[in-house]
Amino acid sequence: MLQGRMWSAGLVLGLLGLSGCGELQDASNADQTGGKKQIVIDGSSTVLPISQAVAEEFEKLHPEVRVVVGRSGTGGGFKKFVLGEIDINNASRPIENTEIAKCRENKIEYVELTVAIDGLSVVVNTQNDWCPGLTVAQLKAIWEPNSKINKWSDLDAAWPNKTIKLYGPDTDSGTFDYFTEVICGESGASRSDYTPSADDNLLVRGVSGDKYSLGYFGYAYYAENKNELRALPIAVDAGSEFIAPTDQNIESGKYVPLSRPLFIYANRAECARKDVAEFLNFYMSDEGQKLVGEVGYVRLSEELIKEPRERLAAALVSEAAK
Amino acid sequence: MSEQSQPVPHQSDEQSTVNGLQRTNASRSKQRIGVAFEFACRMSTWFSVAVLVVLLAGLIWKSWGWLDADFLTNFDSRHPGEAGIWAGIWGSVWLMFFTMLFSVPIGIGAAIYLEEYAPPTRLTRFIQINLSNLAGVPSIVYGILGLTTFVRMFGAFGANQKVLAISLGFGNLRIPLPLDRTVLSAALTLSLLIMPVVIVAAQEALRAVPGSIRHGSFALGATKWQTIRHQVLPASLPGILTGVILAVSRAIGETAPLLMVGAFMFVTSTPGGIQNPVDLLTNPQGVLDAPFEPFTAIPIQILNWVQHHKHEFEHVAAAGIIVLLVVLLVMNASAVLLRNRYQSKVRW
Repeated sequence: MLQGRMWSAGLVLGLLGLSGCGELQDASNADQTGGKKQIVIDGSSTVLPISQAVAEEFEKLHPEVRVVVGRSGTGGGFKKFVLGEIDINNASRPIENTEIAKCRENKIEYVELTVAIDGLSVVVNTQNDWCPGLTVAQLKAIWEPNSKINKWSDLDAAWPNKTIKLYGPDTDSGTFDYFTEVICGESGASRSDYTPSADDNLLVRGVSGDKYSLGYFGYAYYAENKNELRALPIAVDAGSEFIAPTDQNIESGKYVPLSRPLFIYANRAECARKDVAEFLNFYMSDEGQKLVGEVGYVRLSEELIKEPRERLAAALVSEAAK
Repeated sequence: MSEQSQPVPHQSDEQSTVNGLQRTNASRSKQRIGVAFEFACRMSTWFSVAVLVVLLAGLIWKSWGWLDADFLTNFDSRHPGEAGIWAGIWGSVWLMFFTMLFSVPIGIGAAIYLEEYAPPTRLTRFIQINLSNLAGVPSIVYGILGLTTFVRMFGAFGANQKVLAISLGFGNLRIPLPLDRTVLSAALTLSLLIMPVVIVAAQEALRAVPGSIRHGSFALGATKWQTIRHQVLPASLPGILTGVILAVSRAIGETAPLLMVGAFMFVTSTPGGIQNPVDLLTNPQGVLDAPFEPFTAIPIQILNWVQHHKHEFEHVAAAGIIVLLVVLLVMNASAVLLRNRYQSKVRW
């Protein structure tokens, strides 16, 4: 009995002694005392391949820096960004007002950088030989909440009297937010009786396996599956020209309204760190932009990249001066 | 019966024939049911085997030529040919180590208390029922719990992360507060996830030890502690070990709670920079840092590859799944080995 008590007393004393040697430091101070720190990126699954490629090449140039990239979706990433938990958020849509308000509340300042363009592709099965293209009004009729369109013949009497099987991203996705905003007029306004998935490869498989299907997702997934899918050219209204999602049309800005910029949001306070500053510069450099094309997205034209580059330079100068 | 059938002439003759027929029919149909039942059971077995074979064949076919030494020792890459699972393997190893470190002692301790010491009160029964319920809670729920409890620690430390630095002789222990998206947060979450399973399995094993053994031990003057230490625990160890390893096998394939507590998709380092078992001895600072570093795990990397838009990553994902299956097989095989080893030692 006595022995047991002495044991536990010794254990408690030991633990006390151990915690006595400890000291509580701010994380930033701890870095100087030898703790390693990494560049933490999170957010959109659409932007993930770009940030991953940039991180991979950046680490080859700077082996001492570690970059980790997560995937929580644009909204999920912003939830962490506004708390200061991550350095950079990948976003497939601009930051929303509620998120801006939370940033202010937590005194998080950010710099928004456009890094690539994506052309949301509306796709059908390769056996679909009746539909040459859709207008924005038709797309809205299909996807709006309480839509009356259920069959192809509801759109055009000459088209098959068959149910349209719909596939699209799930509601956590920035792609969903963007599509519903430009097509249905309000972010998040969509019919709900479609097959949603966070995995775009499942959407690809769904549409490629069903003659009467229709779906939408990011350009990279269409570009990789051109043999199995057909992208519908889109017209702004009934009188205008139908524009197909191609590299040229997306880059030149002709593919409207479904072309969307892809962003990264960097925490300005973290931009004062040398590794973060160098990483962002590399992201916006010509090498970085080359990687955008390599992973299947459309890079920014010389004209379009000027503005984010200048914005980054200004942010880095002002943060370094602080 | 006989009154009702009276209107029919020569009834008794007929009935006897009918009865004779029925008897043979009945025994035949009983036999038939027996044969059909055996066939159904046999089919059930072969069905699961067939599914497994199809799955494995598909995986091996898809991963053929992709699962090589480079795949095992490379970090992830945007080029399918260069992508590897090294970071995931080490992430999973550290996760499992800490998960077992936390869940096994606590789980077995709780089981011993509940089986050997706890009085059969209403409270005990309440705990018992809740444990069984907890074992069935979806893993994502534990992920959410882990996110608030360990990753953010309820926001108690505000926006500025603190580091508790403790100087040990051979290195510095630097504990981030809150724990953030680290190996330790994930391991604690997985520990919570498998603890009910460990407790329930350990309880089953303890219960299987015959009461006569305990009584015999008491009769010889042994104390409760001596009885548990020298009789009950050794006898139930094989069962406990099997339960623990099966629970850990469940944890190693978990994806949802890891995503929730913030496992990363793209990581090009191993926790603590430890790349081989020798580093564990030569790099004590790395060992101390490992639990507090961002990580990825095998199932997380597989998820990233499965959802990648480039088709070649299907093969990379298949190779990753095979690695995960091999790890699982090794763990289950070791469960069987351990059980056999300890079972043969028990002699009453």
